[in-house]
Formats: sequence, structure tokens, C-alpha cells
Amino acid sequence: MNEEPGADAPALLAATELHKSYGATPALAGADFAIRAGEVVAVMGPSGSGKSTLLHCLAGIVPPDSGSVRYQGRELSSLPDAERSALRRADFGFVFQFGQLVPELTCVENVALPLRLTGIARRAAEARAAEWLERLEVADVRHHRPGQISGGQGQRVAVARALVNNPRVLFADEPTGALDSLNGERVMQLLVAAARDTGAAVVLVTHESRVAAYSDREVVVRDGRARDMAGVA
Amino acid sequence: MSALGAWRRELAMGVRFACAGRAGWTRTALTALGVGLGVVVLLLAASVPHLLAARDTREAARAVMMSEDGQVRIGFAPTEYHGRPIGGLLLQPEAGADTAVPPPAGLDSYPGPGEMVVSPALGRLLDSPEGALLAERLDAEQVGTIGEEGLVGSGELYYYAGTDRLGEDANRAVGFGTDPWGGDAMDAALVLLVLVVCVVLLMPVAVFIATAVRLGGERRDRRLAALRLVGADVRMTRRVAAGEALAGALLGLLVGGAGFLALRQYLGRITVWGASTFPSDIVPSAPLAVLVLLAVPVSAVCVTLFALRGVAIEPLGVVRQARIRRRRLAWRLTPILTGLVLLLPLARSFRDADDGTLILAGIGIVLLLAGTTVVLPWLVERVVGAMRGGPVSWQLATRRLQLSSGPAARAVSGITVAVAGATALYMLFAGVNSQETEETGQDPDRAQVEVDAYELDGTEAQGLFGKIDAQQGVAATFGLVSGYAAPVGADPGAADLAESSAVVVVADCATLRELARVGTCADGDVFLSRSAAGGEVTPQPGDRLNLALDYTGVPRPGAEDLWTVPAAAREVTARPDPSGMEYGGVLATPAALDPARLPEPSTRALLRLDPGDPDALERVRNAVWDGPAEGTDASVWELTTEQASDDIRKVRRGLLIGATGVMLLIGASMIVTTLEQLRERRRLLSVLVAFGTRRATLGVSVLWQTAVPVVLGLAVAAAVGTGLGALLMAMVDLPVGNWLACWPVVAVGGGLIALVTLVSLPPLWYLMRPDGLRTE
Amino acid sequence: MHADYARGVYAACIVLAMSISHTLLGLLQAGPRHGYDLKRAFDAHFGQDRPLHYGQVYSTMSRLLKNGLVEVEGREPGGGPERKRYAITDAGVTDLDDWLGRPEKPEPYLQSVLYAKVVISLLTGRDASALLDTQRAEHLRLMRELTRRKIGGDLADQLVCDHALFHLEADLRWLELTTARLDRLASEIHT
Repeated sequence: MNEEPGADAPALLAATELHKSYGATPALAGADFAIRAGEVVAVMGPSGSGKSTLLHCLAGIVPPDSGSVRYQGRELSSLPDAERSALRRADFGFVFQFGQLVPELTCVENVALPLRLTGIARRAAEARAAEWLERLEVADVRHHRPGQISGGQGQRVAVARALVNNPRVLFADEPTGALDSLNGERVMQLLVAAARDTGAAVVLVTHESRVAAYSDREVVVRDGRARDMAGVA
Repeated sequence: MSALGAWRRELAMGVRFACAGRAGWTRTALTALGVGLGVVVLLLAASVPHLLAARDTREAARAVMMSEDGQVRIGFAPTEYHGRPIGGLLLQPEAGADTAVPPPAGLDSYPGPGEMVVSPALGRLLDSPEGALLAERLDAEQVGTIGEEGLVGSGELYYYAGTDRLGEDANRAVGFGTDPWGGDAMDAALVLLVLVVCVVLLMPVAVFIATAVRLGGERRDRRLAALRLVGADVRMTRRVAAGEALAGALLGLLVGGAGFLALRQYLGRITVWGASTFPSDIVPSAPLAVLVLLAVPVSAVCVTLFALRGVAIEPLGVVRQARIRRRRLAWRLTPILTGLVLLLPLARSFRDADDGTLILAGIGIVLLLAGTTVVLPWLVERVVGAMRGGPVSWQLATRRLQLSSGPAARAVSGITVAVAGATALYMLFAGVNSQETEETGQDPDRAQVEVDAYELDGTEAQGLFGKIDAQQGVAATFGLVSGYAAPVGADPGAADLAESSAVVVVADCATLRELARVGTCADGDVFLSRSAAGGEVTPQPGDRLNLALDYTGVPRPGAEDLWTVPAAAREVTARPDPSGMEYGGVLATPAALDPARLPEPSTRALLRLDPGDPDALERVRNAVWDGPAEGTDASVWELTTEQASDDIRKVRRGLLIGATGVMLLIGASMIVTTLEQLRERRRLLSVLVAFGTRRATLGVSVLWQTAVPVVLGLAVAAAVGTGLGALLMAMVDLPVGNWLACWPVVAVGGGLIALVTLVSLPPLWYLMRPDGLRTE
Repeated sequence: MHADYARGVYAACIVLAMSISHTLLGLLQAGPRHGYDLKRAFDAHFGQDRPLHYGQVYSTMSRLLKNGLVEVEGREPGGGPERKRYAITDAGVTDLDDWLGRPEKPEPYLQSVLYAKVVISLLTGRDASALLDTQRAEHLRLMRELTRRKIGGDLADQLVCDHALFHLEADLRWLELTTARLDRLASEIHT
């Protein structure tokens, strides 16, 4: 991985020895993870291995049972819920597999949502949202509701929404999981290109190797443990 | 035959679905609970005729048949204890225990002198510590209890006391009990009230049942889609859906029946506003009960089929034809307009309404109230559709309502009927209230109780004052003895003799200060008072007055008792005493005029009580109570600023309570709908949380989502209710007014919004956990 | 029965592509064996349908002997060449480690070699999942390269790269599947 930019830079977001159980089922059992600014890291592994849980812990959505998550040197799990929410509004972006767009809002309103949550006025927020829709090639459906557009268009709208607030880290959980390969490829190309332009780090959870191939390196989660493959290849 | 078979088969399949799995059971149970609540209310309403008839029957069974040649001397001896009225009858058969006249219903035999028979509730009260003061008053020996057949309700306080002290001139009874009197034709206003009350109480129940039947509809639709996939056609799925609704409704009938039986026992034990009943009285009338039993399941099926009208259940999912038809105002206004057309002509000529007019009025009212529920969805759609901008929470809520305002509007329509009806009734009651309420002119700040007695001479009066004043809790006693005096020289034959006599009051200085602005006063002083109104006879100092007048102010023939107004008598201005009376005439202190010289005086005492001692009034009642004896005939009154308002206020409070209950019922269904909606959106909620959405934002959005339709509903209800109220007032010739009568009910509606939001918050918080993101 | 059939199918490819010498070395690491035993063990794991010709065992063993990767431990009296008892040497173990730890160049019909490697790893108590992860990393490295070329290239480039990517993806799916089934495979091999 020597050719990667900033290989020696300190990690932007790092997790060590994460443990997390849902009831009696352990989802994470001592997982480690680190990502540098501008890096695209694929988190791979079979379903149920704890990939999504790792993402939720990294994003501060779920507090781990034990272990540490540090973002820019700050320990996430020690922050109160309100501050973690504020951090997610300001510094993080999210794309999920499906069901993430508010069905009542039009596409442009959906994309403007993160900006409006940070207090930006509606007109300004929707203007910026429209730019992002343009960039992701879905400007034509901007006044449609999510129920009226295709899955591929929906994911692009979701990507636009995730990037509209210029996040430092973009979390993508199976962003192409519900798409055919052509649409999936296009969404991945747009996502990675946009992330590289804005310098956002991308945590890309996927079980598809063709999607993982858009990453700089991959981390394999198996039985709740993350294995960084950087040194292996 | 085969069509019938298909119906039966698919209804049965629906019933099986209703009981399949936890989700199915939950939905069915919720529906059953909702329908059950409605059924309880309907069954109670169906019991009202029998309840009233049973009360009438028993009240008639103990009625006293008075006649001058009756063989039983009777005396009415009602009293009151801590605001609760106690009925009482003194019995004295002339033939003693051997009398041939059967005793009143509920008695096996006449109580002997010194004995009494009490109602069970009175018995309990007398034996309890809180009834100790009453036991001093009703101190006869309890020898039995009045049977159920002789009481109006289980909580009634009543007694029969035996006595041997009723004189020859007492009232007499030839017997007890009569056929229930058919009742006088009810007052037009009353009929109208009853009509509106029925509609107001029962319409929301219908709306509520309709809502309950639709609970969990979305999941049901998905299940029906699965049925379509395996080959069911549209009509089959509708029948299956009908079967599911039927299962819920039938279960609801059972729940409602059980609830009714339980509630009946409870209602038989409580007393509301002095009214109580027996469980055995609460029996639904057979035709009405059958109607409920048939109408509930049938309407459940109809509502379901109607709800599926706008839904296309395709094998691969459910398509809601939401936007296809915009709601049209024209036909939605028809019921309201028809109602108005029916009611408006009656506004001028309702007084002498015949049955046909009454029915027209009823139909008009129902149409008007039902019309609001039809107009509301249109209004919500239009208003919400025009909403733009606002903060994120507002945007989320309005957009949600824009996409489907139907369920919200439906839930609220029940509230609308209740509020509109309650507002109309409120106005009507307020109108009756202001017509029947008089300012009494009494001033409870100066004295709270008045004791009146007649036929006491001056000495006895002083004794009574002393006895009252000695009671614990009596802070001050203003006792006065009054009679009349005629100026000497007046023509005894004059027709207006009574009018030419002057009022003479004898009381101490403290009391006189309550009657007039007397200034300095010492025993021996006499004052000549002029009332503000004037017109009374006011003697001058030195006038000679004849005191030998009877209680009407007419001189007793052949008697003369002359008294000279002292020269030192001062003229003063009268002031209203605490009971509102003004004395213009002679005000004398006892040293100046011996009260014993007034031959037929009336005795009054105005009492100031210790406000912290609720027993004081009862002690006063005990002190003047003469019970089974014939004699003083002293009565005790509480002084109030307004009269007759109390009953109306109670009715209004009852109305408010009823409206609140109905709204709670609707609120419950709104909560269920909201929770169902939240559950369906748990994934989206989790995503929004991942984005860093504040919980408050989503909470407020739920608030808006509830508040917008409710506020619209309340606005429509207030408008329609006020209009209907004005119309009803015009119909019964009351001065139209009280335009703000809607606000208490509207306030309750506001509370409902808060309640629904509050109850929705914990599940919202719970659903906003990131667990919703897990796809597994 | 079902597992046997599957192994038979693989064996067809194995003969074409796999390194027989490393496989036999692997079989020896479990303990010294006679040449005939070796053939029988090989057939049991990899050659149900196309048994290994004994001559191939003999020639392979001769080459390994010459390279010092195996040694003859003893000879049964009165026997022919098939009576020789072979044992793996330290150099042989090192050579085997090298082979197992080295990711294969991603290419068609790779599964056969990988399968052999997995079985040998399991038989010799090595960590088979690490082997698979190593291979996955190697695959992904190539896929990344192809993806990069694809994004920059014209339609023809894209189509060619996609073809390769889909094949690599299929390999990787097989790797995932195998990784998930390692426990079952281990228990079947050892019975």
C-alpha cells in the first residue's frame, strides 16, 4: 500500500479492541480498524460477521460495549449522545442499502435534509442539494418523490445526500446491495469520484468484491474480528 | 348457493387469519378492544330507557296518596347532610300497628314511635364516623332497612320514621303507591337536549368503531397481496378482509358484553350528582340490544369493504390510489346544507313542535354533525396541501399529511362530532342557565347561613338564637324578630290596611348594623330606616303604633297594643342584609321594644360560620332540628350569590366529562394509529438518527402531525358547534349568546394533542435506536 | 456420497494443473509412508475418478529425493520399489510452507490448486483460512487494478476488464464459500 497517499499520516478514525453484543449474540469480538483521511477502505465479510455493527460503532451510532473509537483524537464513546449526533450531522455522511429516503419529501428536499438539520436555510440548502443532484446525474428527478424513481436513481440521491454536507467520513453500508451490476457500478464510480474530489474518507461495507475493488484496501470481518489485509498483499 | 359457499369459505379464512400468529392476534385484540369499548357505550345507551322506566316505577310505588280522610298521618321531614339531600317521611297510622293501610313500598310494617327504617346507604352513613352528626339528628332507633323496591337508586338516602306526635291538622295519606305516571310531555328544550346528547355521545362511538376495525390495515393489505400471489381474485381478498374484520368485531362484541356486565355492577354502586341506580335496572332494551349485536359486525364488514375501495391489492403488493381522486367539496357539503335546511325553518316555530317536527329536528342535527366528519377530510387535504416551508419537523409532518391525510382526518372526525355537539349543548345550557339564574343579592361573605322560623314568640326566639350561637363553629349570630305595626288612626276597614302597616324589627345593635347604617348604637335606641327603593311606611318620632297585628300585617280584631316611637329615634338608611333583604321601617333594640310584644313575629338568624369547620352547618341543622316533633318548623338555608346555577353547572360539568371521555376514546385510537405508523417507519427513523437528526426534531414532527388535523378538526367543530348552538337557542326562544362556549372543549382537545404526542414519544425514542438499521 | 462426487469433479482439474509434488509432500508431512500408501492417500482426497498412476508417484518421489526434500526411511525386505518408505525432510517442510503461503496468480481453473492447498493445510494442521485470506487479498489487488483501468479506459477496455472482473469475482465467491465451509471440510477429510 506504499503508493497510497498519506500512508504515514495518522489515522482520522481508529477503533481498537471493539466488543459489542446484541443480547447473547456477539457481533464484534475484539475488532480493530483504522482509516486515514481521503482513504477508501472496504469492510468485507460474510453476512452476520459484524460488518454493519463495526460501521455503526465507527460512526458513533451505537456505543460499543468495550473498546475505543477515536475520531481526530477524540474518544467517541465518551461523548454524550447529543454531541455524537452533532458530529454525525457535521462530519459524517451515510448511504445505506435501501429505505433511507423520506418517502414524503421530494428528492431535492431529501438531499437538503442534512444541511437543514445543521440550521441552513431552506432556499440555500436546496440550492446546494440541486448542485449535488446534478453531479450525481439525477437532476431530472429532483421534484419527484422517492416512490416515483428507480432504485438506481434513489441510491444516487442517497449518495448526494450523504455528501452534501462535505463530510470528512462517508459511511456506505452495502450502497449497491439492491441494484443491478450496471447501476451498481455507476453508483460506485460516482460515489468514489465524489469522495476523492471532496477528500472524504470512505468506510465501504460490502460483501461484493467488485464493489470492494473500488477501495484502496480492504478489511475482512470474520466472527466479529476485523483483519486488516494491508500487510498481507 | 355456490356464491354463498364462497362467501362462507373466504370469511372463515379471514377469521383464521385474524387468529394466526402473534401479529394477527395483536391486531385482532386491538380491534376487539376498540369495538368492545364502543359496544359497552352502546349497550349502556340501550339501557337508558329501562333505567328510567325502572326509576319511575319505584318512585311511583312509594308515592304518598294524600287525602283529607286518610288513615295515616304523615309529615315530610327532608333534611340535608354535607350537601347530600336526605328524603324522609314521618308516619303515624291512626290505628297504630293494626292499621289496614299497607305501608309504603320497601317497608314490611310501619315503624313504631321512636323507630325508623332507613335506606341501606343512609344506614351505612349513620353507622360511619363521618355520619356521627347526622346520627344525632336522626336519633330514632333503626329497626330495619328499606327494600330495593322502595328506593330510586342504590345510593339514595331515605328514611321512614314512626311518630305519635303529629296533630289532628297533619297531612294524611289514604295509601301509598300509584301507577307510574306517564310523565308530562317534556319541554321542547329538554327533548332537544336529549336528542343532541344521544347524537353527540353515539356518533363518535360509531367513528371509533370504524377506526378500530381499520387498525393494522397496512399489514393486512400485504397479507392479502400474498393471497393474490397464490391465485385469489380481488373479490376473494375483499371477502377475506371482511372475515378478518368480522372476527375482530365479534370478539369485540364479547369483550363489550363482558365489559358491560362488569361496569353494570360498578355503576350500581356509585352515586353521581345525587343519582344512583341498581345493577338490575341497567338492562338493554331488547330491540336496541339486537340492533347493536347486528349493527356492529355488519358495519365492521361494511367499513372494511369501504376502506378497500381505494386500494388495489395486486399480487406483488398494495397500490393505494391515493392521488387519483381529489376530494370534492360539493357532495361533502350536502349533509350540512340539508341539515341547515331542515333546522332553519324550525328556528322560528319550534315551541309547539309535534312529533314530526321533532324527528325533522333530530335528523337535521344528525346531518349537521355528521356533515362535519365528511367535510373534514376535504378541509385537511386542502389546508395541508397549501402548507409550504417551515422548519424540518414541520416539513416532515406536513409532507406526511400531504401524502395521506385520510387516516388522520378520520381519527379526528370523531373528536369533531364530540366537540361540535358539546359546544352546541354548552351554549344551550348556558342559555338556560342565564334564563333561570337570578342574582340572589345574597352576600355569603357577611353570613353564610340563614335560619328561618315562624310561630316563635320573642322569648323562644332568643332561646333559639342562644342555642345556635352556642354551636361550635358558629362565629357570629345575627338574630332578629320582625313583625308589623300600624299607625294609630288608620282606618281598620281600609282595603290597603296591610300595605299601610310598617315593618318593625327588634334586634341587638350588632344585628341592626347589618340592616342599616345606624352609626352609634346602644341598647334602648330606635332607628327609622328608609330603604333605597322606598315605598314603605316609615313612621315619624312620636307616632303611636298598634303592635297587635297578625303576620300579614292586618290588625287582630279587638286587640290593641300601643307603642310610641321615641322622640330620639334617628332616621337611617337601610342596607341589604346578608340574605339580600332590606328592612325599611322601625328598627328597635330590645330595651326599647320588648320583642315579646310582637304577636306573630317571624324569626330569622343570619350566621357567620367558621370557614374551616365543615361540620358547623350540620351542628346548626342539628340544633334547630325538630325531627318527628311538630313545632318550630325552622329551616336552614345556605346563602349563595346565584341560585339555580348549581344544577346547570353540574350538567355542564357532566357534559365536559362526557366529551372528555369520548375524546380519550378517540385519543386512544389516534395513539394506536401513530404507533403503527412509527413501527412501519422504524428503519427510516434509524437512518435519520444516523444522520444526526435530533430526537426533538422527530418528536416535534409527531406533535405537528397530530396537532394539524386536530386543530383543523377543532376549528370546524367550534364553528359548526357554535352555529348549531345558536340555532338550537333560537329554536327554543332563548336569547342567542355565549359565543365562547366552545373554549373548554377546545382546551380538552388541546390536551388530547399533548397526550397523543406524549404517549407516542417513548416508542418513538425506542424505535429511534440504531437497531432499526440492522437488516437481518 | 455427495462430497465424494464433488471431490471427483475437482480431481479432473487437479491432474491438469496442480502441483503433484507439493501435494505428495504435504501428504508425507502427516507421517512417513510407503509409495503405495501415498498413491492411495492421494486418490482418497483428490483422485476418486482418475486415480494417480503409480509411475507418477515413483518419478515424483525420485525428483524430490534428488532435491533433498524427502528421504527414504527404510525398505521392507524383499520388496520392489513400491516397498520404499518415504519421509519428508526439513527442507521439504520449508518448501511446502513456501508453496502454501504463496498466493496463486489469479487465473482460470485456479480452484484446483487452491483446493489442494486447502486440503493439505487441513491435513497438516496449518491455518487454511489464512491461506484463503492471502489469496483473496491477491485477487482484490488485481481487481482494483482492473477497476482503475476500467474507469480510465474506453468502452472496449471496460468490457475486457469487466470480463476479467466477473471471473475474479466468481473465484472470490468460491473462496468465501470455502472459507465458510472449512470446518466441515476438515471434519470430512479427517474421517
